[in-house]
Amino acid sequence: MSYGRITRDGLWDNNIVFAQILGMCPTMAVTSSATNGLGMGLATTAVLLAANALVSSVRHLITPEVRIPVYIVLIATLVTLVDVSLNAWVHDLYKVLGLYIALIVANCAVLGRAEAFAQKVGVGEAAMDGLMMGLGFTFALTLIGGIREVLGAGTLFANAHLLLGSSFAFLETTIIPEYKGYLLMILPPGGFLVLGFLLAGKRVMDQRRAARLAAAKVPEAEVLAS
Amino acid sequence: MDLQTLRGKISYQGILLGGVALVTAGALALADHATQPDIKAAQKQDMMQSLQQVLSVEYDNDLLKDTLTLPGPNGDVTVYRARKAGKVVAVVFQVQAIGYAGPVVSTMGLDSAGKVLGVRVIKHSETPGLGDKIEPAKSNWIHSFEGKWLGEPPADKWAVKKDGGIFDQFAGATITPRAVVKSVKGGLDFFEKNKAKLLDEAGGKS
Repeated sequence: MSYGRITRDGLWDNNIVFAQILGMCPTMAVTSSATNGLGMGLATTAVLLAANALVSSVRHLITPEVRIPVYIVLIATLVTLVDVSLNAWVHDLYKVLGLYIALIVANCAVLGRAEAFAQKVGVGEAAMDGLMMGLGFTFALTLIGGIREVLGAGTLFANAHLLLGSSFAFLETTIIPEYKGYLLMILPPGGFLVLGFLLAGKRVMDQRRAARLAAAKVPEAEVLAS
Repeated sequence: MDLQTLRGKISYQGILLGGVALVTAGALALADHATQPDIKAAQKQDMMQSLQQVLSVEYDNDLLKDTLTLPGPNGDVTVYRARKAGKVVAVVFQVQAIGYAGPVVSTMGLDSAGKVLGVRVIKHSETPGLGDKIEPAKSNWIHSFEGKWLGEPPADKWAVKKDGGIFDQFAGATITPRAVVKSVKGGLDFFEKNKAKLLDEAGGKS
């Protein structure tokens, strides 16, 4: 599979959230703000990349009968390693993200990619897939978080300096000044509402594109037939 | 024997699982060993910061070493004592009460006369947008305790306004501030009861 195809799949066509509808637990739980979504997305990307590369590199040793427990143990170990190293060496970031890191183990997208892709291909392609799937996941979470934050609290990327360092404080903007807040969007129902509209939106976009492509192909087919 | 034939044997599965478990367990043990000192240091730093927020006095001892554990209303309470020239000038301890959605845990600092130096809620799961005004980032409410003690306001006024007290409740959330007021009042009672021990007046360890 070409790297271009892998990139398109990860970011849009086969996006973990918008197409595969996997990893719903973190998607609903942490997207109450754009910063939280971004943080969770980046942490998941790191784990996806490492897990895919690792699974792909040991794929010849693993037998189909025991692959699931082996993958789970490998993924859980990776997540724990990320967890303790963040805690020890970037403690301020850990205080923001710590709650979510352990949740990555339960993100079925990580096991899903190992099972559906990484165990069948070489290390390079597997790592690329992990990276692109992770970035697609990050994009989805940040988008959902951003929409919920703007509608719910009137801000965008609030507290970004806690996640990315003070040089990124310029991201923190107040979209709607003097906004009283719309609690529904911050609470869990907001996550379902926003995800539902985004899924519908993606389908409309994909259908329009397919229709455009089909329309462009018709004359070509006629030429061939004549 | 090549890998293909080996993989077919039933014992290969067990050895594979065992091997993976061994390798990952080893990796975790190494990581734990490498990170433990740094994690401890970072947690100590966090603890110091949370204590310092409610301690607006000067002191010269190591807070984390000068502790005292006393039986409180909700189990044992660990008290951190700040001293200046050997004399206790302030104490810090945790209090809690049940809020709208589980326990609301706060640290509070009191000076040696029993006046509140500061209160900070450190753990809660109250409703975002309603009950979370107990956080200093969301509202100034938590500062309304500063300078208060058991005589000012009098004991029966240690309540939210709805219950005839002097502390504000929030629109749409009374249970949360009620819990915080109750826990702070409980902390003051605890201080009053154990005053001699806390201030080291009975000649305990120095």
